[in-house]
Amino acid sequence: MRVIVDMNICKDHGQCVFAAPEVFQINENGKLVYVAEPDESLRDAVEEAADVCPLQAITIEG
Amino acid sequence: MGQRIVIAGASMGGLRAAERLRAAGFTGEIVAVGDEPHLPYNRPPLSKEALASEVTHEALAFRLRPAVADVTWRLGVPVVSADLAARAVRLGDGTELAYDGLVVATGMRPRRLPVPGPAAGRHVVRTLEDARALRAALRPGVNVLVIGAGFIGCEVAATARTLGASVTVVAPEDVPMRRPLGRDLGAALRRRHEGHGVAFLLGRTVRAFLGEERVTGAELSDGTRLDADVVVEAVGSVANTEWLEGNGLELSDGVLCDEALRVEGRPGVVAVGDVARFPNPRYDGVPRRVEHWSIPTDTAKHAVVTLLADLGLGDPPAGPFAPLPTFWSDQYDLRLQSFGAPVLGEDDIRVLEGDLDGEVVVGYHRDGELVGVVLVGMASAAARYRAALTRASVAA
Ligand SMILES: Cc1cc2nc3c(=O)[nH]c(=O)nc-3n(C[C@H](O)[C@H](O)[C@H](O)COP(=O)(O)OP(=O)(O)OC[C@H]3O[C@@H](n4cnc5c(N)ncnc54)[C@H](O)[C@@H]3O)c2cc1C
Ligand code: SF4
Repeated sequence: MRVIVDMNICKDHGQCVFAAPEVFQINENGKLVYVAEPDESLRDAVEEAADVCPLQAITIEG
Repeated sequence: MGQRIVIAGASMGGLRAAERLRAAGFTGEIVAVGDEPHLPYNRPPLSKEALASEVTHEALAFRLRPAVADVTWRLGVPVVSADLAARAVRLGDGTELAYDGLVVATGMRPRRLPVPGPAAGRHVVRTLEDARALRAALRPGVNVLVIGAGFIGCEVAATARTLGASVTVVAPEDVPMRRPLGRDLGAALRRRHEGHGVAFLLGRTVRAFLGEERVTGAELSDGTRLDADVVVEAVGSVANTEWLEGNGLELSDGVLCDEALRVEGRPGVVAVGDVARFPNPRYDGVPRRVEHWSIPTDTAKHAVVTLLADLGLGDPPAGPFAPLPTFWSDQYDLRLQSFGAPVLGEDDIRVLEGDLDGEVVVGYHRDGELVGVVLVGMASAAARYRAALTRASVAA
């Protein structure tokens, strides 16, 4: 599974962080950082993160 | 033959309900009926990013998971009536649709001001078409009159300023976003807007719109006359429940649900999203509608479990529905985030971190206990406060 966040759209809402903290984090500068190839066991959490992103900036491939 | 579930309203709540039904293993037919001609799309950008650039369905559409590929979408046609006793709905084109389960997901529409004057030049923002029409009218230098100083009014004001329009906001309250933010934060946000050149005429309402064929201005309750090329009415919303009338339901403000999101006393009928009025045992158990973007997703999760249990296809939900309300708003480069229920803590508002004219965290307390938090900026603190509010068990 590959996670792609469109950083042109992302507004650092951090909603994805609540859904999948193992994959998404807001760093000290308030910017989103994320794991691009998370473990398959996190699929549900990542799907949830994609759903709750207010800007719908997250795509999942594979 | 398998069972059929009809979803009335094909927007975010309807989509999330369909996804949850499939995720829970429902293999019967799902028919989603929506009066808009589009597949579900995301509304918040309509007053923000999309309004500032370009309003296209392509950019706003929700992704459709493969699991919902076999949902039948009946778009561009409203549900006009329902007979809950006979388990059937009627569509605008005369089709009768029998169902085993019904999901009410018809959301809200903007309230319109009941004042005299021409209709042309008056806008609202709820749909793609609304936003497109407003976008076309927002040219640099035009006079924009925003009526209403809630979140949508303030967002539209900010976007219109960014596009170079002159903007005046008229509203009856004494500071913008008075509820639920409280007077001090509302006043601080007003100063930010004024810093960007927005004018506020508060404590006033509109008595009439001026002009012959199209709006050229407005007369306010205090007699003030203003010029306006574009009027935006952002004065709240009305639930789309007319189609449910005649079934003996409580429809005074959305559709009244029990704590499982079942339409009161009607097994096999649930409500999701903006239209659902439900008690939240996390607070006082008073049924309320919640117009937050997080609610369609949260309600769908719970309502679908209730529905499938009513249809004999699963176990009922383990506990009552008790979501933590979350909300955000973007105005200029400001990000507001709200967690919990600030309205319940209006009498005891404290600045927890930062200062009101910069980045700030404001806490709302009831009986000394934190019940809501609003952050302006301070993004990295959001998770901490959200966790604190999730843990807090707030008794009635
Ligand atoms: C401009 C704008 C900005 C917003 N910004 C934010 C924000 O920043 N943060 C936030 O938390 N929330 C925001 N919201 C709120 C959020 O978008 C809503 O809470 C959410 O869209 C609710 O989804 P829903 O599916 O319940 O209702 P809706 O999206 O209203 O969907 C209901 C659907 O049912 C259709 N329908 C109605 N009657 C019938 C009928 N009789 N038959 C068939 N179909 C029918 C409607 O046309 C609509 O398509 C914003 C809303 C708007 C309009
Ligand atoms: S929720 Fe969306 S916008 Fe927010 S940080 Fe995550 S990807 Fe970015």
